[in-house]
Amino acid sequence: MKKCFLAVICLVLILNSCSKDNDISQESVGITLNFNHSWEGTEVTNVDFDDLKFTNEKGDLLSIKLLRYLISEIILTHESGVITVLEDYNLVDVTNNEGLSFTTTEAIIPGEYTRVTVRFGFSDANNIDGAYPDLNTANFNVPGLLGGGYHFMQFDGKYINSNTLEAPFNYHVISAIDPTNVDDPVDTSFTLNIGPVTVGGSTAIDIEMDISEWFKNPNTWNLNEKDVNLMGDFDSQLLMNQNGASVFSLVDITQ
Amino acid sequence: MNAKFLLVCITGFFFLSCSNSDSDTEEAYTPVPYSLQIPLLFQDKLIAPLLSTNNPLTEEGVALGKKLFFDTKLSGNNTQACASCHKPQNSFTDNRRFSEGIDGVSGSRNSMPLFNLAWNFSDRFAWDGKELGLEKQALEPIKNPIELHSNWADIANKLKQDPEYPTLFLRAFGTSIIDSSYVTKAIAQFERTLISGNSKFDQYLLGNATLSLGELNGFTIFMSETKGDCFHCHGSDNNPLWTDNDFHNNGLDATFTDLGLGTVTGDPNDNGKFRSPSLRNLTFTAPYMHDGRFTTLEEVINHYSEGLQFSSTIDPLMKKVGQGGIQLTSQEKLDLKAFLLTLTDLEFINNPDFRN
Repeated sequence: MKKCFLAVICLVLILNSCSKDNDISQESVGITLNFNHSWEGTEVTNVDFDDLKFTNEKGDLLSIKLLRYLISEIILTHESGVITVLEDYNLVDVTNNEGLSFTTTEAIIPGEYTRVTVRFGFSDANNIDGAYPDLNTANFNVPGLLGGGYHFMQFDGKYINSNTLEAPFNYHVISAIDPTNVDDPVDTSFTLNIGPVTVGGSTAIDIEMDISEWFKNPNTWNLNEKDVNLMGDFDSQLLMNQNGASVFSLVDITQ
Repeated sequence: MNAKFLLVCITGFFFLSCSNSDSDTEEAYTPVPYSLQIPLLFQDKLIAPLLSTNNPLTEEGVALGKKLFFDTKLSGNNTQACASCHKPQNSFTDNRRFSEGIDGVSGSRNSMPLFNLAWNFSDRFAWDGKELGLEKQALEPIKNPIELHSNWADIANKLKQDPEYPTLFLRAFGTSIIDSSYVTKAIAQFERTLISGNSKFDQYLLGNATLSLGELNGFTIFMSETKGDCFHCHGSDNNPLWTDNDFHNNGLDATFTDLGLGTVTGDPNDNGKFRSPSLRNLTFTAPYMHDGRFTTLEEVINHYSEGLQFSSTIDPLMKKVGQGGIQLTSQEKLDLKAFLLTLTDLEFINNPDFRN
């Protein structure tokens, strides 16, 4: 009788264990986002940094020293209408070749999604001053007197100015602060619409940033006029936001 | 007969058991895990410190590391220790431009302060980042002919002959082996406990202290993109390390006599770059910069205000190099200095756990 009881317990435990394994593999997956970078179609990596080798729309020759930016809030709209919002975020650090590929940690149910979006920067709701220890440690904060929260992008380099001298630029994107209304920042983060995605067990989405677009469309950027001290420049932040709309594109979705 | 045989067996097992137990106790001492005291602000604002899985902190390991750190046996002629150039009262640097080794020969770099090292996530140490990992870093000064000028075989022999060290190594690492690997592991353990996080500004952030108007104005200058713009490299109220632990050319020279990071990477684009030091405890860490060229904080501030030199690798964050610097007024300089001095951590300087 005791042996029988023990056997039943063991059987239940084994079956229960098998059942859980199957549930996990079927019900929760992550998706991987890969970030590639180009200058008007030519691949750019950190190997290309520090050399005056890029020419922007205005015709200024420039180099890149630092490029890192924030991606957050992946939103998936299932064909059933259910919307899943992932609170994952990722710092893409091109300079140090880190964060170029990241897999979501929150569970996603496999299936057909009619729309997937990814946010550049943080939404106002998530742009909470000092709230993210990894970003604090990475020194990615925005000073409180500029609204606090975090940079959306740090893009530093040098260009040949109108006096044919090397000059620095600090193209830093943050939530825009209107000096006449400092308590109400303008959300300059934006979403990249990836479109429909079939989410399976190993879905990877390849996204490309064309860095040249930050200087091009719709506003031709004149570094001789706007090169440094742009964080607190409300108008510049709005122009950066407009140019950001054409910076990212979907390259591929693989399963 | 059976009962007698059984009694003998039991007694035999008992003694055998006791004998094994005694020897196991001697050889398999388990060191006590060390509980790192992490300041509240660090807990709130930063990710967990980088601790080696191959060299976990233990009470015995840290204590051994401390003893070694202050022990002149680690030099060739028994006159200097790590602490000779990394003095607790100077935030673990010294007050010389270039430290002198045991033969009276000076180096070419200023001794770096030692604290909050477990939050250097690149794990690259020294001004030029040449040392990957604290354990590896600790190997170098022993052999360096202008520093402790010894060799590891001699150090190991001296420590083995010492009446205390063999037992301390046994308790810390469970081995009677004394060599460079275990010595540097112990020193690295001690160094990871050197945490500075209790300055006046920390207390201000915690709501336990107030700042003067000058100090507050200095903080504003520090955090202002159009004034000091110090925060891009030197942390903020949200990054209490007060360094990014990264490498920058901060415009000290138009041409380089010391290539810094460039020497290590071989990349000319890294020439003239040095690691940003933390701004904590500046009261105790003069002279400043990798070569100790500035004897006062005023000179440091003047450099950023009007002394920047252009070179091909100057950091784009030195954005006012064309005008010589950020052009602070005399009052702004005073206020900036006043703020910087609020990062002084007397508790760290006077901590008996860090003193010999």
